[in-house]
Amino acid sequence: MARKKGRMSQEVNSGSMADIAFLLLIFFLVTTTIASDKGILNILPPKLDPNVPPPDIKKNERNIFNILINANDDLLVEGDYRRNSKGLDIEIKEFVLNFGAPDENATALFNSLPASLQAQALRRPESSDHPGEAVVSIKTNRGTSYEVFLEVFDLAKKAYFDIYGERVGLTADEYRALTGDDEASKALQDKGKEGIPMAISIAEPDKIGGN
Amino acid sequence: MSKFKKKTSTQTNIPTSALPDIIFMLLFFFMVTTVLREQTILVEQKIPQATQLQKLQKKTLISYMYIGKPKNPGLYGSEPRVQANDVLISTPDIVQWVNQERDLLPEADRGLITISLKVDKDVKMGPISDVQTELRNADARRVLYASTGKIYED
Repeated sequence: MARKKGRMSQEVNSGSMADIAFLLLIFFLVTTTIASDKGILNILPPKLDPNVPPPDIKKNERNIFNILINANDDLLVEGDYRRNSKGLDIEIKEFVLNFGAPDENATALFNSLPASLQAQALRRPESSDHPGEAVVSIKTNRGTSYEVFLEVFDLAKKAYFDIYGERVGLTADEYRALTGDDEASKALQDKGKEGIPMAISIAEPDKIGGN
Repeated sequence: MSKFKKKTSTQTNIPTSALPDIIFMLLFFFMVTTVLREQTILVEQKIPQATQLQKLQKKTLISYMYIGKPKNPGLYGSEPRVQANDVLISTPDIVQWVNQERDLLPEADRGLITISLKVDKDVKMGPISDVQTELRNADARRVLYASTGKIYED
């Protein structure tokens, strides 16, 4: 009896194991959606108090970089008509780094910048005084498509991240990837933005071409 | 003949005994990374592309809001709608929804709630600005415009 048992094969047939595993693998491959939590962060302005009139901000026209996008997705950048947003990031960068009429603090800021950024200061009198004053304003209609708005907003962010990155000797991508979790990356992050606030203003859309 | 025989005598088969192990490893990887959808999305979602993407460190702070044209226009109409959790809500209900979501967070993190707006490409700015006005009313001012990566053109 014992012999008979011993003779019987004890192994489970595992030849089809790979096939079964393949089937499961394909199932999970097809159902997987790798979660994407990436996006462009924006901080909305605080709620307006109806009892308090909106603060009357006096700003020189030269310190505001106006971008208008109409319901046909055409752009009006500083009074010039554009059909698309190409090259806008470079213009915004030039605008922010213009240093047309820097005050004392801005001169100190200018001197602290690396030479490659200093060289980009065009000092045009009709452009921004210094980065602390510069504001990029994006205004849309209600009929503007979200895609074009996001494209322009993306370019405005790119201009600032380029500046921050260049200031600390990183590329814009590397700068954005800084987490601020540890001391070193936090220090880099702060050094990048110090004195150059990311001032992108998104105006309330007006009621043209929408619902 | 002898020449041919010599050729055939070389060992040609690749050992495949480690194949199941490799496949299992891949399988476990995908099993671990898979997130099964908890919600059915009732609106169209073609997420736009952008380059300056940032990743948030704390995922628990994010609440998702889907905006787009309803997939079932017979039931919900053809105008863009807002979906929060599992249902389509109207714009004035957003404040209440935000407060509910905020209450789920631990006390210390409540000010940091981030709303991820997953907006369809074809939506116009009008509905989005309405949503943003409501978010401002609800004091949930951190907004993430969800988008997928784009490869630089230049």
